Amino acid sequence: MTTAIEVTGLVKTFGRTRALDGLDLTVARGEVHGFLGPNGSGKSTTIRILLGLFRADSGTAVLLGGDPWRDAVDLHRRLAYVPGDVTLWRNLSGGEAIDLLGRLRGGLDPARRTELLERFELDPTKKGRAYSKGNRQKVALVAAFASDADLLVLDEPTSGLDPLMEEVFRSCVAEARDRGATVLLSSHILSEVEALCDRVSIIRAGRTVESGTLTELRHLTRTSVEAELVGTPPELPFAHDLVVTGTRLRCQVDAEHLDALLRALTAVGVRGLTSRPPTLEELFLRHYEPVAPEPTAATR
Amino acid sequence: MSAYAATATLHRLALRRDRIALPAWLYAVTAMVLSTAFSFRTLYATEQDRRSFAASIAGNGSLRALYGPVHDASTIGGLTAWRMGVFGAVLAGLMSTLLVVRHTRAEEEDGRLELVAAAAVGRRAPLTAALLAALTADLLLGALVTGGLLAAGQGVAGSVAFGLALAAAGVFFAAVAALAAQLAETGRAANGLAGAALGLAFVLRAIGDGGPHWVSWLSPIGWAEQVRAFGGDRWWVLLLPLAGAAALTAGAYALVARRDLGAGLLPQRPGPAAAAPSLATPAALARRLQRGPLIGWCAGFAAAGAVFGGLAQGAVDLVGQNRQVADLMARLGGRQGVLDSYLAAIVNLLGMVAAVYAVQSVLRLRTEEVSGRAEPVLAGAVSRLRWAAGHLLFPLLGTALLLAVAGAVAGLAEGATAGGLGQALVRLPLAALAQLPAVWLTAAAALAVYGLLPRWTAAGWAVLAVFLLIAWLGPIVRLPGWALDLSPFTHLPHLPGGDVTAAPLLWLTAVAAALATAGLVGLRRRDLG
Ligand SMILES: Nc1ncnc2c1ncn2[C@@H]1O[C@H](COP(=O)(O)OP(=O)(O)OP(=O)(O)O)[C@@H](O)[C@H]1O
Ligand SMILES: [Mg+2]
Repeated sequence: MTTAIEVTGLVKTFGRTRALDGLDLTVARGEVHGFLGPNGSGKSTTIRILLGLFRADSGTAVLLGGDPWRDAVDLHRRLAYVPGDVTLWRNLSGGEAIDLLGRLRGGLDPARRTELLERFELDPTKKGRAYSKGNRQKVALVAAFASDADLLVLDEPTSGLDPLMEEVFRSCVAEARDRGATVLLSSHILSEVEALCDRVSIIRAGRTVESGTLTELRHLTRTSVEAELVGTPPELPFAHDLVVTGTRLRCQVDAEHLDALLRALTAVGVRGLTSRPPTLEELFLRHYEPVAPEPTAATR
Repeated sequence: MSAYAATATLHRLALRRDRIALPAWLYAVTAMVLSTAFSFRTLYATEQDRRSFAASIAGNGSLRALYGPVHDASTIGGLTAWRMGVFGAVLAGLMSTLLVVRHTRAEEEDGRLELVAAAAVGRRAPLTAALLAALTADLLLGALVTGGLLAAGQGVAGSVAFGLALAAAGVFFAAVAALAAQLAETGRAANGLAGAALGLAFVLRAIGDGGPHWVSWLSPIGWAEQVRAFGGDRWWVLLLPLAGAAALTAGAYALVARRDLGAGLLPQRPGPAAAAPSLATPAALARRLQRGPLIGWCAGFAAAGAVFGGLAQGAVDLVGQNRQVADLMARLGGRQGVLDSYLAAIVNLLGMVAAVYAVQSVLRLRTEEVSGRAEPVLAGAVSRLRWAAGHLLFPLLGTALLLAVAGAVAGLAEGATAGGLGQALVRLPLAALAQLPAVWLTAAAALAVYGLLPRWTAAGWAVLAVFLLIAWLGPIVRLPGWALDLSPFTHLPHLPGGDVTAAPLLWLTAVAAALATAGLVGLRRRDLG
């Protein structure tokens, strides 16, 4: 068994909304897997199916070698889950909630619990509503990291954390990976994904559009080029998002057209040239953009 | 004034959000009052019929304790005001309470009020808007009831007085809820506080109607009776609930100005840093969550048992003084028979109120689910059935506890006033427990709706309402037998005193088990969250 999560062709509809439309996701054992996609693209829905809370309409999902719906209880002994929006019981203290959630999945390590409370600077004696959003999230994070789970399912777990706590979170994920745990991390914080994830899957409108390591994804993406030319810019049929102002030109090109672009530019004569690899933002934005016919010819 | 900025907008928002609930309430309450009036018109067509009916009422202690005295036996309107005065006022109060809490504390608890209050909205605006919405609802209710009675050919003054008496009771309890919403920190607790006030008002007037009259003047529901619609129309009594409402509203405003958004009156106390070893199962969590409400309900049931048990002998004496009804008494089985029929009516009422608790404690599952708190629990090694079972223990056994407590306290009180702790101490708890199959069936119906049609969970309350209405009003409006049979409460034995046959109790329990099973099967199969 080398895959922790194996999902193929998952479909889930809510009335007329098709939340998942043939989603594929493969997460290898021991890796930290980034799960990305625009709002409403189906990340939380996928996670709820993996947790056996939702039942898929069709497609298959295998979690730690079991069926997430049928074997929910047994599988849950081996996983820990942190939702993005943590609601606590108003008459239970944070410490009680941590213990309860840990015990419900078969116990947690008291030493690690103490250590995590300290690292996250969390006061366990407050009750439900007295916690701020970030502190509610910390309650769920402490409960998850203090357990010995094989799989951590984290759905935007840091949306309320301050930068200092974000650091603590990152080191906790790294430690979990070091002890051999698998992590599925859904997140909108790209720097976090870049720092933590071995591989990422990007989904859009319920479908997987890209999956691989960040280097692989970068490679698939375009380089931005800005040039100041001697004469009128040439026709560049392969360039994307071309903007021409007089003799200045800005565009993006795929890796395989870089060579052709440079030839065309030097033929006119180049005064200045800057090129940079795609930033992570550009990489994701390109995948997040709504599916629309992309301009392939130069526009003016 | 800036404290009231945006009140009109929020008022419209409240009415829009209640565009289904409010018409449903108005329809249900109006329909109850008017169906009573119209059935009285066919059942007691002549004045002589009405007077003899009123005489038989006077001879029935249980009816007096539940509905109060008849102030005018000569007209249909008078009989309707007697039959529906107390319950109409209770329902108007309930409608207003739920409405005000829904638009104030519940909004605040869910964090939506924060979004609203951050806009150019006056500090008093949300509360004022909710009160105005309740006022709108109560006035509409009064107008509908008045119009209906007029359509039934009743006198103008009496019809108006009755409509206003109900509306004024509603307004009073809207103000009670406004204050409760400032004191309590959750919508649930605010409803509980206001509901307790409503229960206290009901009990106070029951004491007043059964014995010392001045006691019912302490009760806003007693005021609705004291207006004496059709029986003298004492308009000035209407000033009492209005003055009370004004005072309560002033108190609520004072608290609004003083407290933080989202905070109650009591500051949060810190809790333990670690959980007790016992807090390790979904059942333990459910116990922790449902313990408080059960204790509150238990206290209420004990108080009701004490009052109604203590009133029992007085109610019978009242009957005994009435010469005209001596033969009626004999027909009921003498003094013991009258006492038993009174106690049976009380026990039946307790059963119906226990069904309210049962539905509430079943639907806690839905609250946990939609708030997202069930999700991390079910992401633990916890099956859905185990999670649900922890909560369902409360409708199953909590209801038994409530009925046993009320029955035991009523037995004690009755025994004490009768001079000697007699058999009532055993008979009454057993009689109360005999209500359980109907209570369970109601809870199971709510569970079935929750499991199979989670989006329609509120229909669980509708089922409860239908069951209770049929059982309360069905006999008096002479519903056909098949309609009466729809309510599980119709099939219960009349205890103490009546005959017990096992069959109906067994099949009620069987139907309850079937409905509960259907609900649990649905819960296991569907999406959760
Ligand atoms: N219980 C539900 N009932 C109806 N529709 C739902 C439900 N849950 C999700 N959806 C719909 O399914 C789609 C996917 O939602 P999902 O919550 O999975 O998105 P997401 O990728 O987690 O988004 P975000 O980044 O905002 O968290 C959305 O269109 C949403 O409206
Ligand atoms: Mg999401």
